[in-house]
Amino acid sequence: MAEQALEVANLSKIFGGLPAVNGISLSIAPGERHLLLGPNGAGKTTFFNLLCGDLKPTQGSVRLFGEEIIGLPPQKRAAKGLGRTYQILTLFPQETIRRNVMIALNGLRPGKWGFWSALDNNQALVEEADTLLERVGMSDIASRVVSQTSYGDRRRLEIALALALSPRVLLLDEPLAGLSREERVTVQRLLDTLPRGTTILLIEHDMDVALAFAERVTLLHHGTVVATGTRAEIAADPRTREIYLGA
Amino acid sequence: MRRFIPFIIALGLVALLPLVSPSDFYINLASQTAIAALMALGLNILVGYAGLTSLGHAAFPGIAAYLVAWLSTRGGLGPGAAAVLAVAGTFLVAGLFGLLALRATGLGFVMITMALCQIVWGAAYRWTSLTGGDNGLSGVPRPFGDLLDPTTFLWLCLIVLAVAIIQIGRFAESPLGAALRGTRDQPRRMSALGYDVWRIRFVAWLVAASWGAVAGLLYAWYHQFVSPHMLAVTASAEILLMVVAGGAGTLAGPLLGAALVVLLKNLASIWIDRWVMLLGATFVFIVLMMPDGLAPGLIHLRERFRKRMSSPTITPPLASQERIDG
Amino acid sequence: MAFWASQSLNSLALGGLLFMLAAGFSLIFGLMRVANLAHGALFMLGAYVGLASVQAGLNFWLAALVAALAVGVAGGLIERFLLRRLQGRTLPQVLLTLGLAFIIADACLMVWGGDPMRLPPPEELRGAVRLGDLAFPRYRLFVMGASCAIGIGLWLLIERTRIGAMIRAAVDDMQMARAIGISASALFSAVFCLGAALAGIGGVLGGPILSVYPGLDADMLPLALLVVILGGAGSLLGAFIGAYLIGFVYTFGQALVPDLAYVILFLPMVAVLAIAPNGLFGRRLS
Repeated sequence: MAEQALEVANLSKIFGGLPAVNGISLSIAPGERHLLLGPNGAGKTTFFNLLCGDLKPTQGSVRLFGEEIIGLPPQKRAAKGLGRTYQILTLFPQETIRRNVMIALNGLRPGKWGFWSALDNNQALVEEADTLLERVGMSDIASRVVSQTSYGDRRRLEIALALALSPRVLLLDEPLAGLSREERVTVQRLLDTLPRGTTILLIEHDMDVALAFAERVTLLHHGTVVATGTRAEIAADPRTREIYLGA
Repeated sequence: MRRFIPFIIALGLVALLPLVSPSDFYINLASQTAIAALMALGLNILVGYAGLTSLGHAAFPGIAAYLVAWLSTRGGLGPGAAAVLAVAGTFLVAGLFGLLALRATGLGFVMITMALCQIVWGAAYRWTSLTGGDNGLSGVPRPFGDLLDPTTFLWLCLIVLAVAIIQIGRFAESPLGAALRGTRDQPRRMSALGYDVWRIRFVAWLVAASWGAVAGLLYAWYHQFVSPHMLAVTASAEILLMVVAGGAGTLAGPLLGAALVVLLKNLASIWIDRWVMLLGATFVFIVLMMPDGLAPGLIHLRERFRKRMSSPTITPPLASQERIDG
Repeated sequence: MAFWASQSLNSLALGGLLFMLAAGFSLIFGLMRVANLAHGALFMLGAYVGLASVQAGLNFWLAALVAALAVGVAGGLIERFLLRRLQGRTLPQVLLTLGLAFIIADACLMVWGGDPMRLPPPEELRGAVRLGDLAFPRYRLFVMGASCAIGIGLWLLIERTRIGAMIRAAVDDMQMARAIGISASALFSAVFCLGAALAGIGGVLGGPILSVYPGLDADMLPLALLVVILGGAGSLLGAFIGAYLIGFVYTFGQALVPDLAYVILFLPMVAVLAIAPNGLFGRRLS
């Protein structure tokens, strides 16, 4: 069988008796667009935190392209190609958009330890940042300080920062959260431009966007996997309606 | 390098002080200010750039001062050799302390750094056979023979201060400096981008400690005497006061803060008996009114004044609040 | 034998004082996330006010009460008029308390001068209790008992009263507590007053043992921090155990290895931090 991009086996996280994530097993193929569905409290963000290393699991394993990553700190997982956006924005508010991207680009490079030459003097890095910003359609506001930008722009920047790593697997945690309808369109367009080779695991409540974007869907409830399948299968599954509308 | 020009000019003006000063008192005051500024600049790396508030920074100048004092008196070494060993020794101890202190952040860090400095104070105060206890160590020789008069000493301090300002200023704008501020603002994001947050903080800790050590050398040479008082909680608190009052996270802030504290200490006590209370009250005032410190506070005031003078500008509205989901 | 017995009693007495000091600090930190760096100064203020009351003719017990009230009120004023203006910003609040520590310490120096002063224990508690060959100073026995009584009182307050329940709720989840109608600001004032009063009474009760002198605040504050780091911030039990542990380490250290006594004091802290960064019991320090 071909190596899976992400192979999760029996992953659990128990907080003082309460299982937030309870024995999740999941397989995601390279290049797949996978949606994680589930009502609030289903454990989706906790699951992401376990995947990227912000939390230590109570048990279970996670393999990234065959390599076990449980036990590795977050920066090592980033080095192995795992990228992530956060539900609550994690931008650098006092810096310009361009500098935010430059800092992100430097993350996996030896140049990040430089302590004498100014960051801004690194022409190559500046150009690389501008190229990335152009790809995501933010060139016009590259020089603006983040605290002076709109929420929609900030959500796009959040994604751009994760892209700076050129991740093999990208975890998107509610990239459309809190956006107005117009802003939603711009961010959606950004999602469509994501490289085909990148495996994407998405948490998102906006059903239209999410189901259009995803190929496969996993339904979570109370920290466990209820169902996994193609989007058609899950959309048709009666349990989906039950969980979202019923008991 | 251009942005250092105002600093160089300011230091240059101070260097000219001996030409106009009626007595050595003011020259010495300037030296004291420069040494305090050096300590504050070092602490600012932690407080301002790393976002780690340390209440134990006096440990670094203290250890270095005691080492250079002991090595050049009882140890029999020349001031130069003693200085090198003193900085090296402080660096090693700082490494050990960093391993402990950086296990926490925020208020835990405040408390642990204070406790670590207290250990050093306790050794200096009680281990009388080694450190002279409350009497301290005196007769510390100055480098370049004992010929270092107040003016030359001031120039030595100013040169060292200039080097520090340039090094720290460049550090602040460098990739590592940006990364350090990143760990202050968004440690999770930095980890997710591949940065080793602990290691970056550790490097910052060592740099801060090193400049503290250099300040300690100058302190020991200035007073030609070291005592446990320089390691007390109050000493660390004063340095913190300088940074916070002046404006943490700026380059001019620590300098302003140091000047404020040293001048208050020395000059105010001529007119007012209770300079400690005045210091405390000034601090309380600054924390309440200008919580970002003097430097940003003054800049902010200048901006508000300018805005009132010119026509009202339209500031872009801040975007909708982020929804905090369960 | 006499040596061990008397040093043990001294340890227990010191532990008792440290508990009174640290309990208030821990309460304030646990609820408000403020490391009250003026706590040592409040302890010293209590000692001076108690001394002044005794010199003015009040008996020891009334003096202690006056001191507790005075320092408690001072604490309340500090919280209501100063700390509250920096609501929610823990670092500026901590720095504010630092500035206040300077002010209070210098005010004491201004009013009472620089000479160390003795606060005599009350008549009833002078002298010693004899047990065979051993003599136990009555006052130290009393301090130990008082600290246990205060500890039990605090425990009852926190676990068995409505206010205690509100404090526990707010410590666990401030937003939830507010949502069910608990007034955070009133609670903060009450807790800060209580913490300050505890420091104040600790100062008075400590007077006969530690004496009253400028610099008492700087001597006591690091010890309070040490106890709280060891025992875990916000934990009453942790403060109790930590205080007595430090009492023993310090007293025996002083007696056996005076040169290094202060240094060994901090070794337990280093050990605890290396193994359990949250202290022996309690909430996260960070």
